[in-house]
Amino acid sequence: MLNRTIAPPIKDAIEFDLQLKPYTFFELDNGVPVYTIDAGTQEVFQMEMVFYAGNFFEQQKLVAGATNFLLKNGTSTKTAFEINEAFEYYGAHCARACYNETAVISLSSLNKCIDKLLPVIKEMITDAVFLEEELATYKQNSKQRLSVNLKKSEFVAARLIDAYVYGESHPYGTYTNPEDIDALNTAQLKDFFKQYYLNGQCVIFVSGKLPANLKEQLNNNFGALSLSKLKSAIPNPVMTPATEKKYRIQNDAEGVQGAIRIARHFPNRHHPDFMKVMVLNTLLGGYFGSRLMSNIREDKGYTYGIHSYVQNHLQPTAWMISTEAGKDVIEATIEEVYKEMKLLREELVDEEELLLVRNYLIGTILGDLDGPFQIMGRWKNLILNNLGEKYFYDSVQTIKTIPAEEIRELAKKYLNPEDFYELIVT
Amino acid sequence: MIQFERFVLSNGLKVLVHEDKSTPMAVVNVLYDVGARDEDPNRTGFAHLFEHLMFGGSVNIPSYDEPLQVAGGENNAFTTNDLTNYYCQLPAENIETAFWLESDRMLSLAFGKKSLDTQRKVVCEEFKEHYINKPYGDVWHKMRELAYTTHPYRWMTIGKELSHIETATLEDVKAFFFKHYTPSNAILVVAGNITVDKVKELAQKWFGPIAAGEKYVRDLPQEPKQTAPRTLEVKANVPLDALYKCWHIYSRTDSRYYTADLIGEILGGGASSRLFQVLVKEKKLFSNIDCYHMGSTDTGLLTIEGKLVKGVNIKDAEAALNEEIKKLQQLGVTDKELEKVKNKTESMMAFEDMTVMNRAASIAMYELLGDADLINKELEMYQAVTAEEIAKECHVIFDENNCNTLYYLAN
Repeated sequence: MLNRTIAPPIKDAIEFDLQLKPYTFFELDNGVPVYTIDAGTQEVFQMEMVFYAGNFFEQQKLVAGATNFLLKNGTSTKTAFEINEAFEYYGAHCARACYNETAVISLSSLNKCIDKLLPVIKEMITDAVFLEEELATYKQNSKQRLSVNLKKSEFVAARLIDAYVYGESHPYGTYTNPEDIDALNTAQLKDFFKQYYLNGQCVIFVSGKLPANLKEQLNNNFGALSLSKLKSAIPNPVMTPATEKKYRIQNDAEGVQGAIRIARHFPNRHHPDFMKVMVLNTLLGGYFGSRLMSNIREDKGYTYGIHSYVQNHLQPTAWMISTEAGKDVIEATIEEVYKEMKLLREELVDEEELLLVRNYLIGTILGDLDGPFQIMGRWKNLILNNLGEKYFYDSVQTIKTIPAEEIRELAKKYLNPEDFYELIVT
Repeated sequence: MIQFERFVLSNGLKVLVHEDKSTPMAVVNVLYDVGARDEDPNRTGFAHLFEHLMFGGSVNIPSYDEPLQVAGGENNAFTTNDLTNYYCQLPAENIETAFWLESDRMLSLAFGKKSLDTQRKVVCEEFKEHYINKPYGDVWHKMRELAYTTHPYRWMTIGKELSHIETATLEDVKAFFFKHYTPSNAILVVAGNITVDKVKELAQKWFGPIAAGEKYVRDLPQEPKQTAPRTLEVKANVPLDALYKCWHIYSRTDSRYYTADLIGEILGGGASSRLFQVLVKEKKLFSNIDCYHMGSTDTGLLTIEGKLVKGVNIKDAEAALNEEIKKLQQLGVTDKELEKVKNKTESMMAFEDMTVMNRAASIAMYELLGDADLINKELEMYQAVTAEEIAKECHVIFDENNCNTLYYLAN
């Protein structure tokens, strides 16, 4: 008779030997670095061209984002429609995204179409024209989208907490007002394009079941452009954090929930505490079984979800707790968050819970390395952060071995309520 | 080509195995053939509430999540109007843990009062977060009631109203479980670094002893053919007017489904689609416009939705949209356009199949539709769609008597 109360034996995930498949590296003729991962079974690839053209480099709000967006909206020989069709006809997807330090153009496609698509990307990054009419539509639609988002308490909370932590003048803390959208003009975009794309600094990541002539294809299209690799360190702008730490903002009187954000400053990945705190963060609010979820969702039912995380920035960053909770339980939710911090400061995590977190984290990494895109995702994060594979293996080692005492010490150092900004938007 | 093997246990549980030795992981996906459409109209939101309760401990195991996490696993679940799907991924060496956990909750839940009390609250917060506290959050609540008079697609997965969830009792929960969570009403897919023999052994060991239970026979009231246009006007605290139009299409297993799907792509799939180009870029009537459907098992809705540029009259915007539909009806689709949407479909399918987790879920869903091998045959069905079929279906689908229109206006 089967005894269902006894768990089958397991191999502890921490006994697994995690391997990050190494990348292949080469440079284009102009020195642009290319990292590739050749894996997978489907005949598809994904390319990301990462330009150092994020909002760190703009002189006026939104210029980096608008330039990035409008790369795809017209060249001297193609309209926006024709560019879009050039990709979509082959079932390919060309996306662009603007972040703080970087701005990305990415291409996902079947391998058989690569030779048709790279020339279109080349045209976008060398010959984008930034028509007045395209910018006008972009401005109008951005303002409309902003007006909808401003109705959402979680959107308002996300921008305000960043502004408090970093200061509104810092690229991580800045946010958009309608008048910033109005102020955009094509001359600014053309200047930004010239400096940060046409003559930009760039790095390329390609993953998938790669075509044999990939290097040649990339060189033919991008190797003779006046692009280069990153030449100097990325600037580290001065933060101007708010002096007041507690905020209660009313955004929507009729709302039935409020958005809570609780955040403190935190160093970047180069600080020795960073990878250790990843374990502490997981315990606190980094997975479904975390202290915050178990207490505030699974025990009290105050929220659909509560999470803690360190913001994914290259420079010094913030450690954040984020949730939406019913209006009647919102202050109680915050109280419970601080109670959980106190417990972590005062009591050693028991070995059972710690082993669970170690196994969970290792299992997650193992599962996350499913396929070439995910493997490249790991590498891209390491490379853009100026870290090597040692960081990956050290992180794994930290997860496997960090003692409970050290976790408590980190909690004492970092989880003090007086260091946290606290915001409720209702 | 996605390979799999299939066998059935004596209690009726269907098991499908997809081997992939390139990953160190295994995925265990359990699909239950029950969704919001199977609910009592006075007890809506139950299938989804139930999904939450499935994590509140089973008859022999107090916690589902903890032992799985200890084994290095991760899991989640989702509920739709048609089905409820549970999946977990863990290192392949530890796969028996997933069999142990999944089979115990198929055997019976713990039915704890505390779990029900808490999850009722959690689901109510989920309801508020996604459907009340968001601008336009109640659109589908209203649209479903407009477009469906009879079929249980009338309500959303989250439920018609909070009170249905708030008043759920343990008796309701038990009855629902024993009606729907039986082996013969489930499909188990195991994928990743495993062998068919091992899965056979483990499936027999853990799921084999579960009693077959009574097979649930679905007999839902079908939606009668719509015979006149329906319209609804709503005013709400939103910044922009929005237009929603829905037309009834075909069930997921009808051969015309593929034609309807491609029509949606031609109109609204991507920045080179007709509606985006004409209504957003050229005429500047909408700030965004999309055309989609939800892939429902029973007859679904082809939907066009867009937010209007401030100052544009919604009647003018609607007239311009209707004009584009008329153009498609009269002039049909170009060869290039048809080729484009077929290429896009091919590419989308290739990307969807990149991860073991997606493949496992797809195999389960196709098996639910009747045959997992559809996963390998669907591309051909799309390739076979002709311009003539598209022309014909554009007339059938975009008949004004088949149309439901919602004006969602700013106060």
